[in-house]
This record gives sequence, structure tokens and C-alpha cells, in this order.
Amino acid sequence: MKKQMTCIACPLGCQLTVEYEGTEVLSVTGNTCKRGDAYARTEIVNPTRSLTSTVRVKGGVHPVVPVKTAGPIPKDKMFEAMRYLNTVAVKAPVSLGQVIVEDLLGTGVNVVATNTD
Amino acid sequence: MENVQLAVIGGGPAGMAAALRAVECGVKDVVILERAETLGGILEQCIHTGFGLHYFGEELSGPEYAARFIELVEKTDITVKTDTMVTDISPDRVVTAVNKKDGLIKLKAGAVVLAMGCRERPRGALEIAGTRPAGIMTAGTAQRYVNIDGKMPGKNVVILGSGDIGLIMARRMTLEGARVKVVCELMPYSGGLNRNIVQCLNDFNIPLRLSTTVVETHGKERLEGVTIAQVDEKLRPIDSTREYIPCDTLMLSVGLIPENELTKSVGVPLDRVTNGAVVDEMRQTEMPGVFACGNVLHVHDLVDYVTLEAQLAGEGAAKFILNGEAAACYVASQPGNGVRYIVPQRVNVLHEGDVKLYFRVGRVFKNARVVLEIDGETVSSKKKVKVAPGEMEDVVIPADRLARMTENSVVTVRVEE
Repeated sequence: MKKQMTCIACPLGCQLTVEYEGTEVLSVTGNTCKRGDAYARTEIVNPTRSLTSTVRVKGGVHPVVPVKTAGPIPKDKMFEAMRYLNTVAVKAPVSLGQVIVEDLLGTGVNVVATNTD
Repeated sequence: MENVQLAVIGGGPAGMAAALRAVECGVKDVVILERAETLGGILEQCIHTGFGLHYFGEELSGPEYAARFIELVEKTDITVKTDTMVTDISPDRVVTAVNKKDGLIKLKAGAVVLAMGCRERPRGALEIAGTRPAGIMTAGTAQRYVNIDGKMPGKNVVILGSGDIGLIMARRMTLEGARVKVVCELMPYSGGLNRNIVQCLNDFNIPLRLSTTVVETHGKERLEGVTIAQVDEKLRPIDSTREYIPCDTLMLSVGLIPENELTKSVGVPLDRVTNGAVVDEMRQTEMPGVFACGNVLHVHDLVDYVTLEAQLAGEGAAKFILNGEAAACYVASQPGNGVRYIVPQRVNVLHEGDVKLYFRVGRVFKNARVVLEIDGETVSSKKKVKVAPGEMEDVVIPADRLARMTENSVVTVRVEE
């Protein structure tokens, strides 16, 4: 099987062609760097995305503080992760890089603050 | 009136990088004047990642990118005045500003760096027919509501314009539980990055309709729906394609306008295409001692390029402050076939070192060559799989070629298909 995709690893947006059978990737072409190759392979086997959102802050300058997953999580867990993050509230002060959620939904990925508040 | 060596107007990525570079170059007395409560500019509300790949070699969110510079600024003696609105800059570089603490401030600056950024094109500029209910806002305003204020502006959303902010907000609203029904784009191509079309629209099955616009808004108190229609090749709506889409929110992502009111008050001439100042390779405007960088100069696609540009402005301002006005012999950089504008618009042939020319094309070109020509000689000819108006391109005039240029030299950048 052949699949065309646009790489999202960087703003360049290379057009990739992936040849695969089931979940076995035979070849990746069209990429201009190693990250493109890696993106195409995970996209076929287990698509992942990094998630950014906000969580509530109690007693902070702003009502919410921005957060991100410290690494990519399975794409099909995005909405579940959002529902969970919308129940989370942290107490001010929050520092940049502070772990807000450990091991998000059993993915092994932490959620960290991306700003101070 | 107080004297300062350098006044930087705006504390976003451009202002911070310019101020920091000026300090590195030996300027002791630098003040940053910032309108908002904190440094960071628009990055503070851009909580998605994708910043810093070029400059830091890693992917950061907006606040993280800003924080790296805020930390550096805090380590220096740079005076930062937040909550401070600059109201006027005179031709002899007297900066007038107001804030709650100092009241009226007047600063006589040895040099000024303009780094005010840009604002979004508002609804009023679009001439959409219909009522004027609540629920119509720019994508950036919506982004602030969601990411800073923690409030959702609506549940059923139509987005007009496929620039990056519109695409990012399509994903953000969807993740927060809203339904984004469609993104309409007037042009036959998207103004946003390909990766954003993939990860913000395709990932969530949000349709992108090209050559389509919003022709009417409906609703009395709150928006109830919009009418969209396809446009012909002259961008005129085709009546037979009108379609009603119920929604309570219309977000506009239809372009950014450099915020140049202060630039005009100084008397700096503007470029009609970029809507920013005309500058040289150090980002000095046509008024010596006044520099401009970042989105106030021309709208950038990546903040990394803003940082690099601002560092040039900071260095240029430092040289002006410490050594006085440099000898100059200017040659215009001329946009050739397919090129909409070039920044810098003029190059000092006495400059030492390479000069990078940034430019944007007027339409999408595939399998094209980007050609830099000086005095009829091809200096470089780079093959490009694709160049698009949404992405900034660049070519370099090498130092040795620049050294051979004269006041009569002709510099052209063009696209060949």
C-alpha cells in the first residue's frame, strides 16, 4: 500500500510517500531529514501528536495557565486528554516547566506548565 | 526630559532581541516601553508549539520562546516599563509615553527601535453584508479569550481566512469542545503552513473550502448564522453558490497589518506593499537613528526570523549610538517576476559582510527557481519545489559580491518557473 502525507515535523511541510504493508513500513520518500522518516513511520503504526492546552489556576494572575504534553501522545487519546485536563486545577504560583499531571492517562507522558503564573 | 541611549518601542520578541543585542554591542542605557502588563507580546497567547525550531533547534510554545528572552532581559540592566503606552515619537527622537506610575514620560533617545508588532485586519475592513450581532471577532481575539482569560467565545464556529492563526484556532476550539463547521478561504490557496492544515484541520475532519467567502451575517443580538458563497477568478461571489450555515461565532483570520501609527508620527517613509518602514540591511529606516524590526516592519511567518531581524536592528542602533551615522551609498533591492516585496528595500554597498534579502512571492510557484541577479549577472539560482505567499523566502548577497557593487548597481530577485 502507498500513502501520501504532509510531514508536520517542521514548518517546511515535506510531501512524503510511504509504502507499507499492514503496520510494516517498507519505504519513506520525499522527506528532507530524519525527522520526516520517523514521522511517516509512527504515522502509519501509531499516530501521535503533542497536545497543548490550558488548566485552571487558583489564586494566580490569570484564570488559566498554558500546558503541554512533554512528549507526543497517541492521537486517538487527544479528546480524552482534553476532558481530563479540563478537570485539573493547580494552585499559584506555577513555574514554567512544573509538572502539572504525571503520566497522563497511562501514556507515560507528563503534562508540564509552559508559562509562569 | 530624561536622556536614554536607546528606546525600544514594544517588548515582544522583536523588541527584546533588539534591546539584548544592543546591550551586547556595548550600549549601557536601554529602555523597553511595553503597552501590555508583561513582556512577551503576542507569544503569550500562542500556547501551541512550533516556535524556535530554527533559532533554538527545538520546538517551543509561544510563552516558552518568550520566557527565554524575558529571562535574558532580566539579567541585564535594561529598564523595562510595562503598562506603558507610547503616544508620540518626534523627528528628533523625543519619545512621549504614559503610564500609571510615572504619569507622562518624555525621553530623548540617542536611537529608537520600532518594534510595535502588527494587528489583525478587522471586520470593518471586509465589508460583509448583514447584521452586526455579538459573536464576530478576529481569531486572535478569540485566542486571547480562550488561552489567557480561560473563556470559550462560542460553540458552533465558522472561520473566515486560512492564515495560521485561523487554523490554530480551529484546532483549539475543537479540542475545547466546540464544533468548527468550516474554514473558508477567499483565495484558491491557503495562507497558512501545510503542517497546520494537516494537524489543525485534517486531523479533525474540518473542511477547508478554497475560493469561498462569507457574504452575509445573520442574527440580532447574537450571531445565528452566516451565508457563504464561492467566488469567481476575480474574487466576486457567485450568487448561485450561496449557502446558509448556522453558527454562533465567526472568527476572522484575514491578514495582519503592521501597527505603524508611531512610525508615521516620527515621519518615517513607509513601503506601500509591506505597510512597514523602508529599511536598509541593518533595519535602519530612512531617518538616521530610527530602526524597525519584527512584524511592524513586515509580517513574518516565523518568530525565529523576527529574532534574527531584531538582532540586526539592535546591532545597527548600537553602532549608530556609539559611532554616529555610518557612511552610506544605497542601492534599491528590486522585486522582479513573482516577487511582491523585498526587505531590506535598500542595501548600503559600503556594508561589510553578507546581506540576506527576505521576500514574499505573489502566488504559488511549483518547481521554480529563485534567482538573485546583480548588474545582469546571476549571483545565485536556487531550485525550490514550492514557493507560496504564506512563507517567507530569502537569498543572500555574499560579502565579496557586495564589495564589488557601486551606487549604480541593480539588484533584482525573481522567480522563474
